[in-house]
Amino acid sequence: MTTIAATGTDLHAHDHHDADHKPSFFARWFMSTNHKDIGTLYLIFAIFAGIVGGAISGLMRLELAAPGIQYLQGWASMMAGKEASLDEAYHMWNVLITAHGLIMVFFMVMPAIIGGFGNWFVPLMIGAPDMAFPRMNNISFWLTFVAFIMLLGSSFVPGGTGLGAGTGWTVYAPLSTSGSVGPAVDMAIFSLHLAGAASILGAINFITTIFNMRAPGMTLHKMPLFVWSVLVTAFLLLLALPVLAAAITMLLVDRNFGGAFFDAAAGGDPVLYQHLFWFFGHPEVYIMILPGFGIISQIVATFSRKPVFGYLGMAYAMVAIGVVGFVVWAHHMFTTGMSVDMKMYFTAATMVIAVPTGIKIFSWIATMWGGSVSFKTPMVWAMGFIFMFTVGGVTGVVLANGGLDDNLHDTYYVVAHFHYVLSLGAVFSLFAGFYYWFGKMSGRQLNEFLGHLHFWIFFIGVNVLFFPMHFLGNSGMPRRYPDYPEAFAYWNGVASTGYAIMAVGVLIFFINVAWSLVAGRRAEDNYWGEGATTLEWTLTSPPPYHQFETLPVIK
Amino acid sequence: MLKKFFVVCAVMALPSIAFAQDANPAPAPVAKEVAAPIVATPAAAPAADATPAAAAPKSMDGSLPGYTPLRPDYANSVGMPKPKEIDFQEQFTENGQYAKWINNAVLLPIITIISLFVLGLLLWVIVRFNRRANPVPSKTTHNTFIEIVWTLVPVLILLGIAYPSLDLLAKQFKPAPADAVTIKATGYQWYWGYTYPDHGGFEVVSNMLKEKGDVGQGERFRTDNDGPKLMAADNRMVVPAGVPLRIQTTAADVIHAFAVPSLWFKLDAVPGRLNEKSVTITKPGVYFGQCSELCGARHAFMPIVVEALPPAQFAAWVKAQGGTMPGAEKAAPTAPNAAAPATTAPADTTVAAPAAAPTK
Repeated sequence: MTTIAATGTDLHAHDHHDADHKPSFFARWFMSTNHKDIGTLYLIFAIFAGIVGGAISGLMRLELAAPGIQYLQGWASMMAGKEASLDEAYHMWNVLITAHGLIMVFFMVMPAIIGGFGNWFVPLMIGAPDMAFPRMNNISFWLTFVAFIMLLGSSFVPGGTGLGAGTGWTVYAPLSTSGSVGPAVDMAIFSLHLAGAASILGAINFITTIFNMRAPGMTLHKMPLFVWSVLVTAFLLLLALPVLAAAITMLLVDRNFGGAFFDAAAGGDPVLYQHLFWFFGHPEVYIMILPGFGIISQIVATFSRKPVFGYLGMAYAMVAIGVVGFVVWAHHMFTTGMSVDMKMYFTAATMVIAVPTGIKIFSWIATMWGGSVSFKTPMVWAMGFIFMFTVGGVTGVVLANGGLDDNLHDTYYVVAHFHYVLSLGAVFSLFAGFYYWFGKMSGRQLNEFLGHLHFWIFFIGVNVLFFPMHFLGNSGMPRRYPDYPEAFAYWNGVASTGYAIMAVGVLIFFINVAWSLVAGRRAEDNYWGEGATTLEWTLTSPPPYHQFETLPVIK
Repeated sequence: MLKKFFVVCAVMALPSIAFAQDANPAPAPVAKEVAAPIVATPAAAPAADATPAAAAPKSMDGSLPGYTPLRPDYANSVGMPKPKEIDFQEQFTENGQYAKWINNAVLLPIITIISLFVLGLLLWVIVRFNRRANPVPSKTTHNTFIEIVWTLVPVLILLGIAYPSLDLLAKQFKPAPADAVTIKATGYQWYWGYTYPDHGGFEVVSNMLKEKGDVGQGERFRTDNDGPKLMAADNRMVVPAGVPLRIQTTAADVIHAFAVPSLWFKLDAVPGRLNEKSVTITKPGVYFGQCSELCGARHAFMPIVVEALPPAQFAAWVKAQGGTMPGAEKAAPTAPNAAAPATTAPADTTVAAPAAAPTK
């Protein structure tokens, strides 16, 4: 496919290549301009944030394992350093759900899938030496880092009834304005501003890189699907995040400067905030899943030893999902009291998204069909993704029906749905990508046995964890509740058991990573064999510090 | 309006308490205790604007003259979740039954079949197209026919779903007839207020009932007659069954959501907006719901309890609340029939305290 000159010009008489001349530790990791180093920083950051966000959900499942308030008051007392009242404990619950949501969305999935894999593999796959704006890449990462510190810090300052921001990740006004006195919500909003600015800079970087730095001969229609997915995602980020920035700036104005955008008593409208938030929020869910689609496409093709079935359909299905994703936002607001015409429109438009999504699911299966499939760890994760994303997708079709949302909205059914597409969708694609590319990134491969074990335990765990939530939602359990009536006890208990199973799976993952970094099998250039045809497999594992100093030529 | 209501109640309550001390010596201490807050209420009324307190007379079990709260139907889990349930609650509105049917008879089979179909294809790939069974991969990357099929078939399925779905929406949005009974539900942090504009405009304040161990001496606590734990409220939203209702929702502070799963009803209560939805409850009974929009610390502790009664009993309840039935002669505060409820059960008279005060 290509010819590579990864070695560069050997000007020095040293036994290492000029291309591998790395800066000192501080310069390399704190002032980094290298897309691979920044990608690594993003991945480490995302793993750390994932541990924090996952631990928070562990606290939540522990509290919800049985009816009654068991631990919340103790935790709230620990946070406050004094005996916490019951109301402060309830507030603590809202802080936990807010932190879990924001951390998983902004500091785990997005940094891992766009900042991590995007940074690492977009330049490699298009045959570019680096990203278009390396210093902007660096500031993107550090803004994200500071944003995360800001968010964690907000948990230690007053936020109304207790410490921390207890508004939910949606930060709905007026709960987030007049309803939350104290600096915590301001800090959380600043955190979102920084994370959003970082993502906008990253999006500009990706768009510029992909449009201008493809290797000679690589037309848009020859780009690997992962690059396509990042390109579409970058456009979604670029168009959606400024709207979020505007909405939360309006919150700040309402909170601190006497504004009344969302204050009904002064002529504002709380529902306006929801429109602005979800105009960002709905594309945001595709921002989290589209790069996952790209990863799955690469993996399925590699392990089936077949090119992706219906490449153009796959690429333009993502474009279609991106475009339609901008005109369906109010399906998150079906119970706000909108008119029947609006509700009908948003019901119909939302269902339309099932069509390109279906094209993707069936194209992945058609790629495997007739293939010579080997079930290495990444492929097992990819197949798990396809099935679980289908389950999450079809419950999305149920929720698209505005009439059914008069019951299902804001119940655990919704929680089940979005965890199937994110926790079992986006996260499965993250693990698939991690197992797929870990050898390329580190030079050592992850252990296959531990990888399979991780998959099966995690797969069982998350299904035991999230499937019963459909039942809870059907029978009416609302979201964001620290305590529930006796009737919901059984399925909540099952779900909490599932969390424990899942946690064992994650533990195996970390054991695998630690063991493989030290003693893993050394990875050849193309350790997956003939099915892996994209440009990163033409490089060494790990790739040289600067690759493609002579551009590869695509035939 | 609220202030006027307080004054009216105080005027009604004062003579009745005086009467209680004369005629019923035994419960007098109780009456004396409650007399103070009642007298204080009119004076405190301007300050009480933010936290409206129900000054309607209440008893330890929520009963009023001519009205005893309906015991929930635990045996059939009517209006409440059932342990280990995987399905929706039994529905007590026509639209609810229709919506449940759409899910259980149309959507659930379709999504189950699609999921199993995808699973089956994946399993077939595992069996038939693994490296050992199929060592040489095919080179097929396009098949226009099958691509058209898997685009068009989902479109047709979605059209099939869209028809009943949009039909349901149209039914849900059918406006209430002019003579429907209007109830305005106002969300407060963290309780509900139910106003009956067609019946004199009185407001019933509805707080969650706490457990026996969590309340002070002499305060009302939850019993099984009231409902399941965390779902029972001291004062219910009483409505007539079999009659079209016009339920309006709004909020005084942050957004809340008025939700009753067994009525397939959920409508946000948004400050500055008045949302409205029509519903007809088919059977008398008690239907429980919970606030469904994050509204702060005690979001999980402001249940909604709808009690649907036959119209005659509803009229009796309205009378006990000091309200009037539409068309009936409007009762003046001093009219005997308005004072009667208070005088007949003075010993039970307590004041529903504004439970918005933080609890430790």
